[in-house]
Amino acid sequence: MSAPAASPPIQLDRTAAKRRAAWRRRGIVAAFMSPWLVGFTVFFAYPLVMSAYLSFTHYDLLSSPKWIGLANYKFLFTKDQTVWPAVKNTLWFIAIAVPLQVLFALGIAIMLSRARRGIGAFRTVFYLPALAPPVAATLGFVYLLNPATGPVNTILEKVGIQGPLWFDSPQWSKPSLTLLALWGVGNTMIIFLAAVLDVPQHLYESAQLDGAGFIARVRFVMLPTISPVILFAVVLGVIEGMQYFTQAYVAANVAGGSASYSAEAANALGYPEDSTLFYPVLLYQQGFRYFNMGYASAMAMLLLAVSFAVTFIIVQNSRRFVHYQGPGR
Amino acid sequence: MIRVAAALSAVLAALALAGCGGGGSKNSSSTTKDTAAADKTPVTLTFWSPFTARELHVMDDGIARFHKRYPWITVKSVGAITADKVTAAIHAGNPPDVASMFETDELGAFCNSGAWQDLNKYIDADNFDMNQFPKTIRDYTAYKDKRCALPFLADSYGLYYNKALLAKAGITQPPKTVDELAADAKKLTTRNPDGSLKVVGFNPLMGWYENAPVHWGPMWGATWMNGDKSGLADSPGWEEMARWQKKLIDWYGYDKLVRWQAGTGDEFSASNAFEAGKVAMNLDGEYRIGFIKAEAPKLDFGTAPPPTSKPDLYGTSFVIGTIMGLPKGAKHADAAWLFLKFFSTDPTTLAQMSNGLANIPSTLASLKSTELKYDPRFKTFMDVFANPKSSTQPVLSIGSQNQTLFASFLTKWQAGHVKDQDLHAGIENVDKQIDNQLEQANAGQAP
Repeated sequence: MSAPAASPPIQLDRTAAKRRAAWRRRGIVAAFMSPWLVGFTVFFAYPLVMSAYLSFTHYDLLSSPKWIGLANYKFLFTKDQTVWPAVKNTLWFIAIAVPLQVLFALGIAIMLSRARRGIGAFRTVFYLPALAPPVAATLGFVYLLNPATGPVNTILEKVGIQGPLWFDSPQWSKPSLTLLALWGVGNTMIIFLAAVLDVPQHLYESAQLDGAGFIARVRFVMLPTISPVILFAVVLGVIEGMQYFTQAYVAANVAGGSASYSAEAANALGYPEDSTLFYPVLLYQQGFRYFNMGYASAMAMLLLAVSFAVTFIIVQNSRRFVHYQGPGR
Repeated sequence: MIRVAAALSAVLAALALAGCGGGGSKNSSSTTKDTAAADKTPVTLTFWSPFTARELHVMDDGIARFHKRYPWITVKSVGAITADKVTAAIHAGNPPDVASMFETDELGAFCNSGAWQDLNKYIDADNFDMNQFPKTIRDYTAYKDKRCALPFLADSYGLYYNKALLAKAGITQPPKTVDELAADAKKLTTRNPDGSLKVVGFNPLMGWYENAPVHWGPMWGATWMNGDKSGLADSPGWEEMARWQKKLIDWYGYDKLVRWQAGTGDEFSASNAFEAGKVAMNLDGEYRIGFIKAEAPKLDFGTAPPPTSKPDLYGTSFVIGTIMGLPKGAKHADAAWLFLKFFSTDPTTLAQMSNGLANIPSTLASLKSTELKYDPRFKTFMDVFANPKSSTQPVLSIGSQNQTLFASFLTKWQAGHVKDQDLHAGIENVDKQIDNQLEQANAGQAP
């Protein structure tokens, strides 16, 4: 009779031991995760929360933030005439450059997947531009596309064509940046290439047996199979498009010419005629040139909200054209 | 009149110098005091400046002279500092004792926020004479009634002209009016066989090198403010300037001019278009003389005051300069004030800095200093600097946003994207945008 009487404490001990083991496991997991957690908290969560707070303040980086409620947002939506041209520039880039980047990367990936010889060399050649630092790549393009002395216009001139003004023309500055973006699609191209090569061969063979030609095989076999990767590239491209800054900043400053004072340096942003004044460039100008950090934070919050909303819309609508392999999707 | 004032200041400076027993006078007023020098506890002063390399070494000579004058103060000089770094240091509570900046445009923001201390208490205590500086300097070192900065040397603008090209075109003297400037620019322009521009007489495109409304405005007597509000549309000079500029651009052909401009070298390099003989006349600061000597010593050039729209404006120009201030939280404020005062007024130091940096000394008295060694062409800039009708930019709580907004509008105008009949309305709209920014900033509201 003593055994049944002793069994509940043993069960309790086991439960407690299990709990201790679980906590130990959690502790180990937390210890392994701690570098990331610290990094996430210090470099992402804290700045995000602070930025949200600062967006409701007047903050010039020099004196303490002063709470002003929604005044920054009101000014952003109703009074600041520079915002909407910047939004238009950013939308242009998302609508034109991002789809072109995706198409270009996919096209190269398809071509490379069909190459029979020297495939390693081709992959390297097409990937290499992605290794160039954005500032160096932009400087290179501004030099290549210089309307007066650049090699591109010099060659065009030799065949009787007067080249455009490229980075010096409001009509051509964004297309020039698009060319630069297309040149550097190596990362997206590599991901597409892996996805294209991963398409099961038997699906192509089945389609071929059904009489499908190359175009039909791409349309009905390859694209549906790699559609999750295309979605990934589009979402990433749109987010990067909304944050497009470095190349626009460098191109405007270099093509716009240098100047001795901050005022002129600020003027060069957006050169020519504000055609490269993308939303993040304007945000930078407000925050770091004019010390309007509260207002820049409000702009950043809007950018975050729009990025989130656009990504959500794309992902929600993607169900109609993205096909996931495997069960339960 | 100004010569009389300058001579008087020089006499006063000499008297002050004699009173101090040599070693460089403190300032131009005989009744001035040095109250901050009462405490002689040894201190190490931190001084941040934007100067680098050669220019930083030129500063060292002045610092040594300061140490000799105030032996208990040792100065630690740090170069290559930008306004961003000064801002971050003030924000972090670890600012230098003295900061200097090229970004004079930002003084309004620094002064308004209290990031740079108001120097009036020191000025009053020492009976420091601000009238030893020209009005332009007094204007760009203060924000409303707060004087948050003292000057450290100055820049003024003038017309550089290539003597050989002018002679070749049969032009015997530099233009004095803007009409003459346009006429001479056309005579001096040469084209390649395909019609593209080879040498441009004068490049009227805004945004190129020093072509900015703030530098050009004084040529048309144009002003920025009307009381507390932006007054661009109220100042007819701006519209005259814009139309003059557009007319000359149209003569060249906008596309041709942009194409030519894209082929010009970096402003601060040996391939500068004026130094390379690609532009015959150019508006630039006095510092260009130093660059030409170093980079294009064979260039035969002259300098003159900028051409103007009205004869009575001739001899005036735009004046600006480096500023020095006392950041909030500076640990040795009294010693820092002595440093500010010394570097903005000591005649020997100003002369030596001016010789070394090829900038204009800041006080009216120092313009007459016998210690100044300058190229005769430098005198043009000293004269326009001393001209009481010369002007500077307004110091505003919004920093240089007014300049950026106006320049942005002018780039659209010069490209032909604003119709002539819409020019006035366009400038009025710029005023509206600036007023919106001012209204918000002055009220401590958005942005």
